[in-house]
Amino acid sequence: MTETIKANNPAGTALAAGDPRSTGTTMAIEDVTLRYGDANGVLALDDVSLKVAKNEFCVIVGPSGCGKSSLLYLAAGLNDATSGRIKIDGREVIEPGADRGMVFQSYTLFPWLTVRANIEYGPKRKGLPAEQRRQIVDQYLNEVGLAPFADHYPAQLSGGMKQRVAIARALANDPAVLLMDEPFGALDSQTRGTMQKLLLRVWERQQKTVLFVTHDIDEALVLGDRVLVMTARPGKIKAEIKVDIPRPRSMDVILEPDFIALKRRILGLLHDEIDEDH
Amino acid sequence: MAQRRTAWTRLTTPFANIPASTATTLALAMWVVVIGGWALLSYGRIVPNMFLPTPGTVLQTTYRMSLDGSLFYHTLTSAKVVLLGFMVSSLIAVPLGLWMGTYRAVQAPLEPLVNFIRYLPVTSFVPLFILWIGIGIEQRIAVIFFGTFFQQLVMISDCARSVSRDLVNASYTLGTKRSEAVWHVIFPAALPAILDTLRVTMGWAWTYLVVAELVAASSGLGYISLKAMRGFQVDVIFMAIAAIGLLGLITDTAFRIIRARVAPWAP
Repeated sequence: MTETIKANNPAGTALAAGDPRSTGTTMAIEDVTLRYGDANGVLALDDVSLKVAKNEFCVIVGPSGCGKSSLLYLAAGLNDATSGRIKIDGREVIEPGADRGMVFQSYTLFPWLTVRANIEYGPKRKGLPAEQRRQIVDQYLNEVGLAPFADHYPAQLSGGMKQRVAIARALANDPAVLLMDEPFGALDSQTRGTMQKLLLRVWERQQKTVLFVTHDIDEALVLGDRVLVMTARPGKIKAEIKVDIPRPRSMDVILEPDFIALKRRILGLLHDEIDEDH
Repeated sequence: MAQRRTAWTRLTTPFANIPASTATTLALAMWVVVIGGWALLSYGRIVPNMFLPTPGTVLQTTYRMSLDGSLFYHTLTSAKVVLLGFMVSSLIAVPLGLWMGTYRAVQAPLEPLVNFIRYLPVTSFVPLFILWIGIGIEQRIAVIFFGTFFQQLVMISDCARSVSRDLVNASYTLGTKRSEAVWHVIFPAALPAILDTLRVTMGWAWTYLVVAELVAASSGLGYISLKAMRGFQVDVIFMAIAAIGLLGLITDTAFRIIRARVAPWAP
């Protein structure tokens, strides 16, 4: 089990040759800078670049306020960068779209629609025929284990269940990249563990390209193929850590020595960021 | 030794539930007190019957005017005025309010103007409306409209603005276009609040009825109240007021039912 740290390497590098996942870069974030307000405003992101390879689970970890969520919103096209480019499959994108699905930290299910109708939303917008839509919805309902709740309304669901529907809804739309903004942040720690396990299973079956943001180091290492560590504001990619823990993973992996060694590295990097006076 | 919660403790604990039977009893008791007080004051001649009719005479008048059809006729006229005025107002205020709440480019020119007009007294516009529109039902509808529309506009624009930004963002990541967001996401999300706004403003619309029928009306509950005033027929006035209140209660309940049917998911 090897760990690779590339310190002070803001540009994410391509996966090693022969890696079965390196069939191309799905999302490229190039030289992105984000400044709020005018030229004297707060600098949130400072010249950030990274690449997410196809079918890779890439995680960004960083202290609070470092701009990691802002970066994700830029990747989704929900905000405009002050400078820099976001590219999907080589094409630059400036507007949000169905190619970048997103799961938010807050609950964003459409409250007037049932669970089934929520998951069906994207495919319906695309104009898929009813039979095909039904198949897709049933598939993802089973994927997240909510088939018995298909006709419930979001208000009748617990927080964990709502986020499961949110994940199913995003995946059902078959995006090129799935963006996840601390999706389990609002849940209690037990539910969080359950959700991480669920996401592991779902991802191992679906193999979507994922860019995941969190402040939880355990979560990052359990889920990710690669972890990018961000500095405190203004955010930059400080280091890149390849997580060589083999899949399929179980939640017990957090007690293994290799995992702990990686965690120690990341903790060290983050402590510098948090202790520093910004 | 633990202390049992006495009934008194339960009644005086903030936010505590009381048994439904207690609540119903209290409500009925309140009505008995009010009507009993009214009966006492009127039958006991503590207030002269010229000013305060007895419950009996009000009921007699109601019975008489129901039999000869005049109560129904005046109620229908008034209901037409209020409902038409309210519907015209709502049909414009809902989409316009949604646009105002969603697009700052619509809010910026409209809001200062609307905020000013909102405070103008409706009563002072009645002579103007008569000059401009005449003395037909259109003038009365205009009064109801004027009293309702500007309030609705501001309240509905607030309903739109309080929709979660991330809800709209989520819809974008599922393929919704910006131009579609207002009707596909913001409107359904704000619908329960919009229905509440309509219910409340409908109540206000009823209170403008007498103002609308103030001058140059020839029928309606407000009209017969004003005519009765000249004849000191306080029992007719009481009946007309109670009728308007009852109609308001009916429309209020209707809106509650509509909300429960259309937006069952909302708390």
